[in-house]
Amino acid sequence: MPVQFLYPEYEVMRSPDLCILCRVCERECANEVHRYDAGRKRMLADSAKCVNCHRCVALCPTRALKIVKSDHTFKENANWPRQSIEEIYRQAESGGVLLSSMGTPKDYPIYWDKILINASQVTNPSIDPLREPMETRVFLGAKPDSIRRDQNGKIITDLPPRIPLSTPIMFSAMSYGSISYNAHASLARAAKELGICYNTGEGGLHEDFYEYGPNTIVQVASGRFGVHKDYLETGAAIEIKMGQGAKPGIGGHLPGAKVFGDVSRTRMIPAGTDAISPAPHHDIYSIEDLRQLVFSLKEATEYKKPVIVKIAAVHNVAAIASGIARSGADIIAIDGFRGGTGAAPTRIRANVGIPIELALASVDQRLRDEGIRGNVSIVAGGSIHSSADIVKAIALGADAVYIGTAALLALGCHLCRSCQSGRCNWGIATQIPELVGRLDPEIGYKRLVNLVHAWTHEIKEMMGGMGINSIEALKGNRLMLRGIGLSETELKILGIRHAGE
Amino acid sequence: MMINAKELEYQQLNEIIRQSSEQNIVIENCMGQRYIGAGLSGKNITIHGTPGNALAAYMNGSTICVFGNAQDATADTMNDGVICIHGSAGDATGYAMRGGHILVRDDTGYRAGIHMKEYQDKIPVLMIGRKAGSFLGEYQAGGIIIVFNLDGNDQPPVGYFCGTGMHGGKIFLRCSVPPADLPAQVCWHHATTEDLESVREYVQEFADAFGYDVQQLLTQHYIVLTPNSANPYQQLYTSN
Repeated sequence: MPVQFLYPEYEVMRSPDLCILCRVCERECANEVHRYDAGRKRMLADSAKCVNCHRCVALCPTRALKIVKSDHTFKENANWPRQSIEEIYRQAESGGVLLSSMGTPKDYPIYWDKILINASQVTNPSIDPLREPMETRVFLGAKPDSIRRDQNGKIITDLPPRIPLSTPIMFSAMSYGSISYNAHASLARAAKELGICYNTGEGGLHEDFYEYGPNTIVQVASGRFGVHKDYLETGAAIEIKMGQGAKPGIGGHLPGAKVFGDVSRTRMIPAGTDAISPAPHHDIYSIEDLRQLVFSLKEATEYKKPVIVKIAAVHNVAAIASGIARSGADIIAIDGFRGGTGAAPTRIRANVGIPIELALASVDQRLRDEGIRGNVSIVAGGSIHSSADIVKAIALGADAVYIGTAALLALGCHLCRSCQSGRCNWGIATQIPELVGRLDPEIGYKRLVNLVHAWTHEIKEMMGGMGINSIEALKGNRLMLRGIGLSETELKILGIRHAGE
Repeated sequence: MMINAKELEYQQLNEIIRQSSEQNIVIENCMGQRYIGAGLSGKNITIHGTPGNALAAYMNGSTICVFGNAQDATADTMNDGVICIHGSAGDATGYAMRGGHILVRDDTGYRAGIHMKEYQDKIPVLMIGRKAGSFLGEYQAGGIIIVFNLDGNDQPPVGYFCGTGMHGGKIFLRCSVPPADLPAQVCWHHATTEDLESVREYVQEFADAFGYDVQQLLTQHYIVLTPNSANPYQQLYTSN
């Protein structure tokens, strides 16, 4: 037996009193953790293979299973925690680049949780959303800065193209390939039912989902996978992906093993070929070049589609956004560094980029200072946990938010952060037909609809509490926010006062 | 229909083309107007002068004939159609093209054929009469690139870093030796008769377009570059 440096971080605990040997756990686990020992007539588990996704726990009919954190430990060391030691073991063993999935689990500050929302008392009465109309509808796109009139003095109403959303929430970009057909089906159907949009990511659009076009944002990225005239014309908007919060500065790579069948056809590359999205767009080295791509897309779609430019939140995000707002783009999407991903190098995910709260506040302020805020709408993403985060984001200047991880959680994701393996037991981040089949779009779409309905109601209640009955009146309304436990620098960047001030 | 592009902004020019019910369109005095033929289907456009960047971007089945030079990003993500340039084309010619043919009589700049793709019977073809700049076929994922090296010698008709990131498709170079700086992930061989027969129809198209003799073009010596699947670009990852 070779020396094993890594002890399982989590252990599968089975109560022998409760286990009825039904072997559901064995059938449900694509990682082959569970097996039946016929000789001893009992179920065994190999915790080393367990990713802690709770599939077996959730399906065990007698609740005989639980996953617990191992109390096995290295000698206590504040300077060398277990993870640092084990990462070195992994790399010394393989020589490989560490690869992780979903957003970084590191303990960075969550500014949303250090911001408090205002409410009305005595003066400026609060509003009850159950009885009074509340407007959560938003229109994403450029806003004209002046009113134009024709010869008869009538207002000219040909506004630039916009995306109407019933509530300021969209599902963020997740490609077909990184997630399953059934996950896309759930997102598309929910977006239609909700009157919002989902986003194809850079994997093209499966032919079955063209019917959801008015609720689809189609993405164009450096690899240009699945991009063609019909695709561009089908979407409600076109998103140019320049960067992603989880991995700013690097591209994407769908391994050839996941490129087969419909994924291959939708991306338009041969089965088994690695789908490589390079880090840069090789035709974009400047804002002028970005403008060229923006207008080539507008020309190809006869100026009927708004164009979104998505960037990762990085140190100079305000200056970059200022350039984008002058490039002809209609919408800027900013993705904070806690955003999720199907796979990213661990070091980049955990160390590159900045929090969305700070990026959003500085971009909104910069565009206002320069008098170009109306050129674009701003969409913020990168770990929006709740409706309260959305209210705070809008008060910091966002027009709408992207939710990715939250949407996947609604579909059953348990954040085991093992998407890169392609063996998602919940049928989300996998292309294996038996696993994909576990996610029923009929149920999945309803869970997404439930989530967004619930959040929208909560948004209305918080707005009502502030005496605000329209999202537009909340946008950039930083007086409705106060910081708690934040430094002066942080408050200055967020553009808010401290609680009690 | 004839359009005099002199003093027309690109938006005006492209709107005229889109609105025209005529199939055949001739543009005179073209002076750098961008996006001509973007997303266009079912038209034959002849351009006299210099079309601007992103000529035929996302083009979906039209024919464009340029009497002059084309600028950068010609045929960006073109899906179908034929572009014939009686002159040279700038950088990133055929960026991510998915289908159709580009014929460049003279030279092309950096990053020609970058990220070209193919799927089943959709095989994009980029043919260059003389020489290509650096990064030819960068990230090439499919399709065929042929550089004829006309008026050249036996040295490779490409700049530096040819085939960097190539993981699909083929590059034919009319020369006797391979580029000196080929990455380990690209392998090369002397073209066989079968190799040349496999591209005969394309070479014929090029010869017909610019008045060359196909037999003469095909009897020359070619080097063929293909991705080296034994040595892929895939980074070694360790699950964490």
